Order: sequence, then structure tokens, then C-alpha cells
Amino acid sequence: MQAYNLSHLSELESEAIYVLREVAAQFENPVLLFSGGKDSITCAHLARKAFWPAKIPFTFMHVDTGHNFPETIEFRDYYLNKLGVNLIVSSVQDCINQGLVIEEKGFNASRNALQTVALLKGVEENKFDAAIGGARRDEEKARAKERFFSHRDDFGQWDPKNQRPELWNIFNGKKNLGESFRIFPISNWTEMDIWQYILKEKIELPSLYFSHERECFIREGVVMSTGEHVPQRPEEATAKMSVRFRTIGDMTCTGAVYSDADSLEKIIEEVASTRVTERGTRSDDKRSEAAMEDRKKQGYF
Amino acid sequence: MNKDPYLDMELLRFSTAGSVDDGKSTLIGRMLYDSKSIFEDQYEAIEKTSRKKGDEQVNLALLTDGLRAEREQGITIDVAYRYFATPKRKFIIADTPGHIQYTRNMVTGASTSNLSIILVDARKGIIEQTYRHTFISSLLGIPHVVFCINKMDLVDYDETIFYQIKKDIEAFSSKLNVRDIHFIPISALNGDNVVNKSTKMDWYQGGTLLYLLENIHIGSDHNHIDCRFPVQYVIRPQSTEFPDYRGYAGRIAGGVFKPGDEIAALPSGFTSKIKSIDTADGELKEAFAPQSVTITLEDEIDISRGDMIVRINNQPKVSQDLDIMVCWMSDKPLIKGGKYALIHTTNEARCIIKEVKYKVNINTLHREESDHNIGMNDIGRISIRTTKPLFFDSYQKNRNTGSLILIDEGTHETVGACMIID
Ligand SMILES: Nc1nc2c(ncn2[C@@H]2O[C@H](COP(=O)(O)OP(=O)(O)OP(=O)(O)O)[C@@H](O)[C@H]2O)c(=O)[nH]1
Ligand SMILES: [Mg+2]
Repeated sequence: MQAYNLSHLSELESEAIYVLREVAAQFENPVLLFSGGKDSITCAHLARKAFWPAKIPFTFMHVDTGHNFPETIEFRDYYLNKLGVNLIVSSVQDCINQGLVIEEKGFNASRNALQTVALLKGVEENKFDAAIGGARRDEEKARAKERFFSHRDDFGQWDPKNQRPELWNIFNGKKNLGESFRIFPISNWTEMDIWQYILKEKIELPSLYFSHERECFIREGVVMSTGEHVPQRPEEATAKMSVRFRTIGDMTCTGAVYSDADSLEKIIEEVASTRVTERGTRSDDKRSEAAMEDRKKQGYF
Repeated sequence: MNKDPYLDMELLRFSTAGSVDDGKSTLIGRMLYDSKSIFEDQYEAIEKTSRKKGDEQVNLALLTDGLRAEREQGITIDVAYRYFATPKRKFIIADTPGHIQYTRNMVTGASTSNLSIILVDARKGIIEQTYRHTFISSLLGIPHVVFCINKMDLVDYDETIFYQIKKDIEAFSSKLNVRDIHFIPISALNGDNVVNKSTKMDWYQGGTLLYLLENIHIGSDHNHIDCRFPVQYVIRPQSTEFPDYRGYAGRIAGGVFKPGDEIAALPSGFTSKIKSIDTADGELKEAFAPQSVTITLEDEIDISRGDMIVRINNQPKVSQDLDIMVCWMSDKPLIKGGKYALIHTTNEARCIIKEVKYKVNINTLHREESDHNIGMNDIGRISIRTTKPLFFDSYQKNRNTGSLILIDEGTHETVGACMIID
């Protein structure tokens, strides 16, 4: 008999497509959180495949901190236009203007905590009952504990000590009024899986992921890009460096890595030999040992 | 570029089990560390935390015990998923809690795995949680079980202790349905027989744990015989390009489907032929579990979510009366005569608990026929009647079509993991 075996990438793809279809079937008003980073682009790509030849049955929402790399926004608009989906922007700046949140000050100020408020506001205003995110369990130790279907109370909060059992491939999306779910179709993918899949599927990405020349400076050992939203101390000298980004978050908290990898093949080689996690370049995770867990408890995805 | 060795690898999902403090998380940490799958910043972070807590050694369990409460108490509360790859295979690890209070999280982690590593503390031998987890692993139909007799360093690496425990387990597990069983003496703390062969146990001739994980045969873990396709979602683009397209999307739960196959749709029983098996990458000549595909049929028949496409000459059972083994997961005990919502494949229904036949005594595996009180973490045999017919196989035959969950209709919590007997 012939061996019916799937390669790991096909198995992960099949699992993610199954989860996305489950969302479309079980929820009335799901939203796909799209940041313009490689993980949310992969989710969007999987969503296209899951419902082809029909259109993707999800609204897309970008939680916009206002501190994005310009390249990210440019790519976001280009890519979603090509996909033909609807984009809603929930803006942190609006929350600040409306006095819902107060902005941090200083050189290491970040809008990361404020993101949660904009996310919850977007979910509430649009009455989304499920929000799909590109978070992966291998990214971070609190994320390693997530279910595919992550139940949130009516304040959007995660209760890690009392999660619903999730058995086999049966997903229970039932909930009471006001409650919602965060859904993570690529839970089981690693950074390497994502890159291999991007290569295999020829998925387009923002230029930031590839090696390029950029004005940078060094802060506490992290290579930071200069830019409008990134205040610089006088002693932080700027220089042109050959860098790329492993993750894309806010300009204010995402560090670059020195790299000559200007193609997917080279990036995969680099990822295979790297000795630090991609989150190692994110100062938002370094604030305290349980930074991610705390943010998730408050409603972050 | 397709020759990239990482691009096409087999995936093995495994989970840990065993009593609290038997060393599950330490073992996973050790395996990741010795196989060089830990990143520098991760190691520095757990080094710092260990130092702060005053531990002598770097506590490798912190690699999976990521929640604040877990670190404070030094125990695992919920499943942590970790990933690593060797040139031979990719692995998805579910490190589950040993504490009885969190059994439901252990079941969550074990339900999707193909291999269970059950740890036993060499000083204690088998205790109630070892029985419980072994029984749950067998109930879940996990095809491969590896018993790691751990903390051999604390018993002078004594072979008589290892063989005694092995004998005790064999006596117990012969009463269970475990296909493939292995025993390895290890020290998770020191790394003996985890990734590297121990120099202290010359009497053990077998391979290390990693060697076993890399080489165990997993090709036949899916059912490729009985064709089952639970319809998940109906795809109707209604676009100018595809005005009449009507595809049934889903993940194959068993068997191999091909265009031209004669099929029946349940519950209607209408028959047709498979016209095409579609994916966004093009049509497939055949499709098998666990592929996600879209099936189109030659005839327009009424099919919606929850229906099942099967081969005409190989059909599942159809019934409203089911006999099941239930693993209970709620503080509120199971109510005889109670009504629950249920999800089975993509189908939803309600059911009433008709009868509790017995509760399993975990220590002896005896059926306690007079004990009908199924509470948190109990396992029992019950019969239910559903509001509409389900299409199912026995769990033994197919893990996808033989499993279902019970849901509390008030809280919507998942309260029971069920395996269909027939
Ligand atoms: N001496 C010795 N100690 C070990 C060994 N393996 C684990 N331990 C210790 O046993 C204790 C419990 O280890 P954990 O790995 O947290 O146990 P666990 O099985 O994950 O516990 P739960 O997840 O809470 O069920 C820790 O103090 C470990 O250092 C071993 O091989 N030898
Ligand atoms: Mg543990």
C-alpha cells in the first residue's frame, strides 16, 4: 500500500485552514487582526486558501499604534487591496485624543500597553465575536499556553489558570453574550515553518524583512531604526547599517538585526543558525518576566 | 531549493504524563537543552529566574512552566507547547501537568498526541496518577507509550529498581489497550539517556529517549480505510467567475477520497459522485486524512455543515443512542438524566444522559457498577440519547469520528471528553 503521509508544512497548513473554516462556521462576526507582519500575512494567505474560490468571509482590522514603520503601512494597503478585503483601522492615537488612555513619556516610551485598549474598543464597537490573530506558541512562554480557541470574558480578559479544555480537533466556540474568542490558527507553527511556508507559497512581504541599508543607532545593545517616532538621546550616534527585521512591531520597540540576508533562502539559512529568539529583539517583552502574560490577561491577543 | 532537508519532514506530536514532580517539565527542558534547541536569550532568562529563586542549578523546567503562578509554585498548571526539530523529524511537545486537579489539561494535551511519555519517579514506583495517566493514554488511543523511569540518580542507577517498576507496569498495562510500549531508565536532571547515552547504566542496552522519538514508526497512525468527510463549511462564491460553484469544505477524517468515487451524503442518504477535490493550488487526484480540501459533486444535492460524505459501500453507524466512555472535567458532577449540548465532528446536537453504567476505579481498573457518581477527573461509562442521529465510528476505529465533547448548556464550558464505544 502507498504511504499516505503529509509533510509537516502540509499538515500545519491543513490544520490552520481547518481552524479558519471553523471560525467562519461558528461565529457571526469574526475579524482577522492584520498588522502587516509576516505572521498576519501568513494568516491572510491561509484564509484566502481556506475559502477559495469564494472571498474571505472576515473583516480585517489593524490596531494602529501610529508608530508603525512607513513600509508596513504601505505594504498593508497594497496587500489588502490585492486580496480584496475590507480594512478597519482602530487607532491608538484616537484613544489618546479621546482621553481613554494616557501616553507614556520618555525615551523608552511605548504604545504597546495602549494597543490593548484600541483592540478592545475596535472589537466592542464593531461587535466582533471572534478575533483571529497570528500569534504562535513558540514565540513566547505565555503564548505557549494558549488554546486555538481562547475564551475571553466580557472584558476581553484571559484567565490562564482556568482555560477551557480543548479536545482533539473539536473546538467549542460557544459563549455568553458579551464574551468573545481570540483564535490562533497558526499556534503550532515555528518561525522556521513560517519562513519555509512563505518560500514555498511565494508569499509577498514588506521590504523590512530583507536586508537593507538603514540609519540606525544602538540602545542598550539593541539596533534601533531612526525615525519620526523614535526619540534619540544626544549620545546615541546614528550610522548606516546593513540590517533586517525578524519581527515587525512599533518602530519604538522593535530592534533590527545585522544581516546580509536579502532573499528568502538566505533568511532561512540565517534563521536556522540563529541563537536568539525573534522576540529577543522586542523591548516590549523585556519589561518584566511576565510582561506578555499580563498584557494577555488584560485583553491583548 | 526543494532539497532543503527541513522542507519535507515527518511530524510527531507527543505529550508528557505522570504524577506531580515526577520530572516532566525538567525532562522536556533537558531534551531541548541537550538537543541545542534553546536560544541564548531563553537560557539567560531562566538562568536569571533560577538564580533569583536561589536554585543551585539552572531549573530547566522553567522553559515550559511559563505562567507566573507556575513559577511561584514550581508546578505545571496548564499545557505548554514546545517545538523542536532534529534532522530526522519535527516534534510538537505538549508538556502537561501532573497534579490531579489539572487532569483536564493533561487530557487536552494528550488528545492530539501520537505518543505519550509517562514518567515514573524511581523512588516511588507507580502511584495513583501513574495509573490514571496510563489509563487515560490508553483510553485516548495514543498508539505509542514510553515509560521513563526517572530520577535514577537518586537510586544509584540501580537496575533492580528499574526492572521491578517495569514489571509492575507490565502487569497493569496488559489489561489496557496499548499497542506499542517502551521503557527507558533516565535522569532528567542530569540528562542520562535523554539525548545522550548514560555512562552510569551500562546494564541498559536500549536507545535514548530522543533516539526512540526519532525512529518510532508513525506512518500508520491515521485511518486510511474508512472514508469519512464531515462537511465543515459550504463554499459558494456566487461570483461572475464562479457563478454556480458549490463546494463542500472540510478536513478528511478517515480514508482516501478520489474523483469519481460513489458517495452518499448523511443524513439524507442521497448519492452522487465526486466531481473534483479542490484546493486553492489546484485539483487533487486523491485526498486523505488529515487534509483540508473542498469536494464538489456531480449532482446538486442538499448538504450543509454537520452532514457527512462517505463511500456508499462503507458507512458509519447512524444512531441516536450511544455508549461512551466519558472523562469528566467539571466541578459540577455529571447529572444522570441531565441534558447537555454536544459537538461531534462538525455536527452539533443536544443529548440526555440516559444511564451511568459504571465508574472506573483508577487503581484497580475495576468497574464499580454501583458507583454512579461521576465527578471531576472521574472516568466512567455512560449511555446517551441525542436529539438527532449522529454518524460515527467507534473511537478505536477512528479518533475523529469516534470522539465528542459534552458542553454545559448554562456556562458553555466543555465538561466531558467522550470516546464512543459503539
Ligand atoms: N534528582 C533528580 N531530580 C529530578 C529529576 N527530574 C526532575 N527532578 C526534580 O523534581 C522536581 C519536579 O520536577 P518538574 O519537572 O517540575 O516536575 P513535573 O513532573 O513537571 O511536575 P508537574 O508538572 O507539576 O506535574 C524538581 O525539583 C526537579 O529538579 C531527576 O532526574 N533527578
Ligand atoms: Mg511540569
